[in-house]
Amino acid sequence: MSDVPAQAPKVPLAKLFWVFFYIGATSFGGGVIAYLREHLVSRQKWLDEDHFLGSLEIGQTVPGLVSTNVAVIVGSHLRGVTGAVTAAVGMTLPGAVFVFILGLLYTRFKDNPEVGAVLSGVGAAAVGLILAVTLQMGGREIRKWHDWIILVPAFVVVGIFHISLVPVLAVLVPIAIQFNRPQAKELATYHAQQAEYHAQLAEHHEEVAARHAAGSESPS
Amino acid sequence: MNKLVSLVNVFALLSLLAVGGGTAVLPQMKHEVVGTHQWMNAEQFTDIYSLGQLAPGPNMNMVTVIGYHVAGIPGAILVLLAFYLPSCTLVFAVGKVWDHFEGSPWRDAVQRGMAPITIGLMASGVYAIGRTATINFSHSMRHNLITVAITMIVTLEILLVRRVNMAVLILAGGAVGWFALRMV
Repeated sequence: MSDVPAQAPKVPLAKLFWVFFYIGATSFGGGVIAYLREHLVSRQKWLDEDHFLGSLEIGQTVPGLVSTNVAVIVGSHLRGVTGAVTAAVGMTLPGAVFVFILGLLYTRFKDNPEVGAVLSGVGAAAVGLILAVTLQMGGREIRKWHDWIILVPAFVVVGIFHISLVPVLAVLVPIAIQFNRPQAKELATYHAQQAEYHAQLAEHHEEVAARHAAGSESPS
Repeated sequence: MNKLVSLVNVFALLSLLAVGGGTAVLPQMKHEVVGTHQWMNAEQFTDIYSLGQLAPGPNMNMVTVIGYHVAGIPGAILVLLAFYLPSCTLVFAVGKVWDHFEGSPWRDAVQRGMAPITIGLMASGVYAIGRTATINFSHSMRHNLITVAITMIVTLEILLVRRVNMAVLILAGGAVGWFALRMV
């Protein structure tokens, strides 16, 4: 139980903005996470590796784009709400402007067969990219047989039958958590640890209170 | 005006459903944009998705082009805000309480449980785009052979060879398309 904010370096907002703007403007071809790690951990040393992985974990578990989510978490860790907004805007703005300009060109040239041919090639390559990322993640994360009981229906129901994600998640998330629910032993250990921690905390508070009481009786 | 309201509704909801990243909501996005609201056809949706892969930063910034296509500059700005604000607010809140549950076995259970859902949804996203971009029966056989080859080469390169930067792979796909797909 570490008090993380105490270790956070005081980063100027302008600096925070420019670092995320730079990542957002240079991370071509996906894999933004690697760029984030390189800049935040290796170059700026705003976070250590563990803390970065922790932020990544939250960014992946909570809905939203992982890179923007990590920007929000790191920004808020460094400079609170203002930092979160600054980092998220810096991260997103360059790519949004870039793709917006491409979009303007697209509306103008979409009927040009050469443009269509280039985009067909780009689209096919993009499918290859997200397919590879999906297979890589699957290979890393899918360990138990019951994972397939969740994965296959999620794919079929959403991909083939176009059922809305709202009911799909409402049904699948509780089942998936149930499959992975902690063992009674794990929970018992955790609760024992928590109880011990709270007992220590209470003891500490008593000590402090006692010291204060002693201090007010005999003012020096 | 009505279009702006629909755009915001669609993308704000997608924002909160994007479990494990943007790919997960591609099927529903395509279904809403192409099917329910008929703002564009599947071909255009895939083109715009491809444009997004040419840009740096988060890989779903192309939603702004959908907004522009439907309702001009206001659409572009509103869609961007609708797609980012809800999930950013949520992750900000969760970030505050996450450390509080450190070491909790339930936190691990949630994380482990989300993994197969995320991957299943990502696979459905690949399928949604692949059905137009890689295998597309409205194109010629030769066109299909070339797009399938591009997809497979890119996948195998990333999984097995890992020499080429992903941005270069995307651009190379575009170059191959320009050479080989113009006349078919």
